[in-house]
Amino acid sequence: MRARMKDFFRYRYLLWELVKKGIKLKYRRSYLGILWSLVEPLLTMIVLTVVFGTLFGHDEKSFAVYVLSGRLLYTFFSQSTNAALRSIRGNSGMIKKVYVPKYLYPLSGVLFNYVIFLLSLVVLVAVSLALGVMPSVYTFQAIVPLLLLLVFSFGVGMILATVGVFFRDMEYLWGVILMLVMYTCAIFYYPERLLNSGKKGWLLKLNPLYCLIACFRDAVFGRAMNPKMLLFAGGSSLVVLVVGVWVFYKKQDEFILHI
Amino acid sequence: MGKEVIKVDHVSMKFNLSREKIDSMKEYFIKFMRREIKYDEFWALKDINFSMQKGERLGILGLNGAGKSTLLKVIAGVFKPTEGSVTRHGVIAPMLELGAGFDMQYTGAENIFLYGALLGYRREFIEEKYDEIVAFSELGKFIDVPLKNYSSGMRARLGFAIATVVEPDILILDEVLSVGDAKFRRKSERKVMDMFDTGVTVLFVSHALEQIERLCNKAMILEHGQMIAYGDIAEVAAKYREIVS
Repeated sequence: MRARMKDFFRYRYLLWELVKKGIKLKYRRSYLGILWSLVEPLLTMIVLTVVFGTLFGHDEKSFAVYVLSGRLLYTFFSQSTNAALRSIRGNSGMIKKVYVPKYLYPLSGVLFNYVIFLLSLVVLVAVSLALGVMPSVYTFQAIVPLLLLLVFSFGVGMILATVGVFFRDMEYLWGVILMLVMYTCAIFYYPERLLNSGKKGWLLKLNPLYCLIACFRDAVFGRAMNPKMLLFAGGSSLVVLVVGVWVFYKKQDEFILHI
Repeated sequence: MGKEVIKVDHVSMKFNLSREKIDSMKEYFIKFMRREIKYDEFWALKDINFSMQKGERLGILGLNGAGKSTLLKVIAGVFKPTEGSVTRHGVIAPMLELGAGFDMQYTGAENIFLYGALLGYRREFIEEKYDEIVAFSELGKFIDVPLKNYSSGMRARLGFAIATVVEPDILILDEVLSVGDAKFRRKSERKVMDMFDTGVTVLFVSHALEQIERLCNKAMILEHGQMIAYGDIAEVAAKYREIVS
């Protein structure tokens, strides 16, 4: 354990360089550059609000905040897990030549997306204030789901990174699974009807990402969080993290033979 | 006799060459259920045993596919040996296929920091040595151009410049002294010679026997993953000449 910590300390420059590379290259050669991390969620929010707001008749102003908060968290999850999934194959050039701890690759993939995600939260703050969703003491709760989201995404990312080395199909399959996750996250609809119908409510409740989004929204809209959901989200994040790290460590020495 | 820096203890390395490439999950499951997954076992290294003292310079000879590069990668820690173990003491500068860790979209300058971090250098150290690296690589104003626009010689020069800026205890060279044009080749050989003077331990793979005779004081011959000769450069080189001719 001590040696691990020393290792981590030794390689923090590399982790930092990899995170920086991810951020720098994401928007390189586009005119707006890093500003896209603000513009893109704003534009998708407008589209989703217009489409689903008119379709389902949600014409209250705060619907935009509702959509945006869900969409931001989901986008981070999908992009960071995708980055982690491709991280081993994508960095095969480095892995084959120099020994560094391999978890740095999925970790940096998740972290650089997290930095971009935190930056794009600025849009949420601005939109909330503009539409009259004011901060309160409950707003500080947001830090809990935000941290859990990072843990959860990293855990899922470690599992995917491992599986992705042995089965290339995962890259395509994960895209489909993500779609399912998205539709069971209640990003652009209110889940009450589904939850209260009793029958299919479990579809949402068993989705840790939905629980995280729900807790985050509670914080944004100034309500206390649902303790059951918070517990489930926290528990599943921890389980996923442990499983992810375990699987990765178990298999990492074989990576090199498959990339 | 100096201090022991590398010990390679009964190292064997096995690869599974799948006869047909199984890359998709469906195929894997079908074959797994039918127990049809067969591998051709291939031992790239078999029971390699030797140790090196500080300041020794070992040339590794062998035909293509003899396991030379695999051995270097095992010693560098990239491959974990299937059997046996490797112990190393000190800072290693691995120069295996120079510049392979580069990012093509990054500029030369950005790659210096990325590659330096990959080799475990500290940021201040790279900043301090930055000018030296740029000067040695002779890239001039190309240093701010994305790497995808470099020629392969330019990439190799940059890789060489970064990798040799440290003062390592162990230097692993895989055919790297054949990069660039004749002028750069002379310059890089001189640089490596300078490093030799500091008492570095060297592992060197090359197909140019004269180069190995000039640079090394010990040598080994690998054949089909087995060490068939180990000893002083003169006698091993003579034996290798016999094999080749």
